[in-house]
Amino acid sequence: MNKTITLAHGNGGAENNELINKVFYKAFKNEILSKSEDAAVIHGGELAFSTDSFTVSPLFFNGADIGKLAICGTCNDLSMMGAKPKYLTCSVIIEEGFEIKSLEKIVASMKEELSKNGAIVVSGDTKVVPKGSVDKIFINTTGIGEIQYKGISSNNISEDDLILVSRDIGAHGATIFAAREGMDLETSLKSDCTSLYPQVEALIKSGIKITALRDATRGGVSAVLNEWAKQSDICIEIQEDKIPVCDEVNGICEMLGFEAMSLANEGTFVLAIPKEDAQKAIEVLQTFEEAKNASIIGKVTQQYEKKVVLHSSWGTKRFLETPTGELLPRIC
Amino acid sequence: MNNELELKDLYDGFRDAKTIKAYAKIIKEDAKLLDKDIHIMEVCGGHTHTIMKYGIPQLLPSNIKFIHGPGCPVCIMPKERIDNAYVLSMQENVILVTLGDMIKVPGSKASLQDARAKGADVRFVYSPMDCIKIANENPDKRVVFFAIGFETTTPMTAALIQTVIKQDIKNICFHINHVTVPEVMCELIDTTDHNIDAFLGPSHVSVISGSKIYEIFPKEYKIPVVVGGFEPVDVMQSISMIVKQFIEKRCELEIEYKRLVSYDGNKKAQDLMSKYFEKTTFKWRGLGNVKNSGFELKEQFAKYNAKVIYKDVLPTQEKKDHKLCICGDILRGVANPPDCTIFGTACKPTKPVGSCMVSSEGACAAYYKYGNLI
Repeated sequence: MNKTITLAHGNGGAENNELINKVFYKAFKNEILSKSEDAAVIHGGELAFSTDSFTVSPLFFNGADIGKLAICGTCNDLSMMGAKPKYLTCSVIIEEGFEIKSLEKIVASMKEELSKNGAIVVSGDTKVVPKGSVDKIFINTTGIGEIQYKGISSNNISEDDLILVSRDIGAHGATIFAAREGMDLETSLKSDCTSLYPQVEALIKSGIKITALRDATRGGVSAVLNEWAKQSDICIEIQEDKIPVCDEVNGICEMLGFEAMSLANEGTFVLAIPKEDAQKAIEVLQTFEEAKNASIIGKVTQQYEKKVVLHSSWGTKRFLETPTGELLPRIC
Repeated sequence: MNNELELKDLYDGFRDAKTIKAYAKIIKEDAKLLDKDIHIMEVCGGHTHTIMKYGIPQLLPSNIKFIHGPGCPVCIMPKERIDNAYVLSMQENVILVTLGDMIKVPGSKASLQDARAKGADVRFVYSPMDCIKIANENPDKRVVFFAIGFETTTPMTAALIQTVIKQDIKNICFHINHVTVPEVMCELIDTTDHNIDAFLGPSHVSVISGSKIYEIFPKEYKIPVVVGGFEPVDVMQSISMIVKQFIEKRCELEIEYKRLVSYDGNKKAQDLMSKYFEKTTFKWRGLGNVKNSGFELKEQFAKYNAKVIYKDVLPTQEKKDHKLCICGDILRGVANPPDCTIFGTACKPTKPVGSCMVSSEGACAAYYKYGNLI
């Protein structure tokens, strides 16, 4: 591991995993943490508990802002354990000189998103630091949710399951890249940022069995599938032409040399559903406008242990690796 | 009706499964008529990337093999030039600007990414023209553009220099590291015990310089060249064209990428390059000095040359590669990434030892990412 922290250590991919394992897990090791789920299952399996910090540039972008992200991020982590988000804390670190008007806009977004989840903020903290100490504003949210469906775990995926995605992938990452300074890209592309509990709740209410859920944030679908393959000791085989990607995301990937599978999402989740329930899960998801492209993308086998294999429509295959490094555009 | 051309139209048809499978069938049939194995060198890392990403070797018969060439702007950069970039970035009041992957390449001690973690202002841009905005926003600092790349990116640097001179922008200077393709291909043939039977030429280079730059290979070296695009259908069609040349006993320069490549290329871009740059010897990583394979700013523009401005601080001593790293052999086409003892173990994209593992166009990174095992 490097001697100093680089931006690659926060990429949600290989370097990030290495940092977490070698520094944090090493120190904090315990039975709950080592399960590496989206949220910790505590209190005899009744509650889910999760925390996340949000730093994004620009703060406001098509489809969301840092406030909406801060609520969706933590609530979605709880939802991925089958939990209904209930109580959140909110901690903000603000740079000197930040406009109150922008702060109010961010907080209004948070309020709106909390109501969609039926959750409330019950505690908080505010710090203001000298100009240059942070990039405008950083937000941390921590949440507790009531588990509605027990037993969801990324460690239990087997050949009985199929792999699904809830919608077209990469919209958040591509939107942020398009909005970054220096890109000057005109696009109607919108972040997928949304609260996922309503979709999870519908799946639970319809009686579908769920093995695992994970929202594909930093590192994208590619990171989720690789984590699952390792955690459950399985091979995940994906059919490339079944993965929904919208034309604009594909276009940005083409221009910059990225893969949609590695781009961040903020309202897209990957599901491992028992074979017999997979089609029904797609039907339930597709009743939601944002999930109309939900698709079964692959299956679980034992062909290459702990690996993800991507099959092309012309009959070739390759490994899909965990994304590494800072996402940088290709040179030529 | 909306007649606007969308980005997707530029690649969609060139990834069509039916077409790719049809080419695979044609190549397989034609290859039965070959009397020997055909080794095709794809000169450019962009082609290596496509070949690995789309699993092209899995579609080809066993008597058609690829040799990965030296054409990756990041991989070929010798350590001393990266050390130059590092030192420049650590100078007071300097903003070092470069393109994408260059930030990750390790020099003899550190990379630009490490410099940034130590507080240096290192930025990457999508277009060199973005340097102007950075320079205007930071009038009390000097922007050093660490210019890299083949014929594809050189005209953009030339256009930036032209704008800087025209607008009399005083706080931008240049560290030029541009290289050209044909000279290094000649060097490979002349100095290496090679087994290259044909070249797959990069189309984007010929969009600028025309296909004419490869004429020497069929004429003098008796090695055919097909200038091909980067989509999987382009690559399959190019391979098919090469195979047909062999079974028809032809040795020619052909263009597969006719949608943009002409024999003469882009005259305006060529004029712009020759206005500001002159040919020079460039030390290629793994290959050593290759005469006339690099560009340098002409002397009359010395006041814009970072190598002149910072000559007192820039390191000049030569640096050897890591003793276990075989990037040099890979760039010369005499070894494959899995031949390297540290491939995928001590050398990974997360901690690259050699430059071929850094860049997404690098052969090692392509093998690691897209199927060193399948």
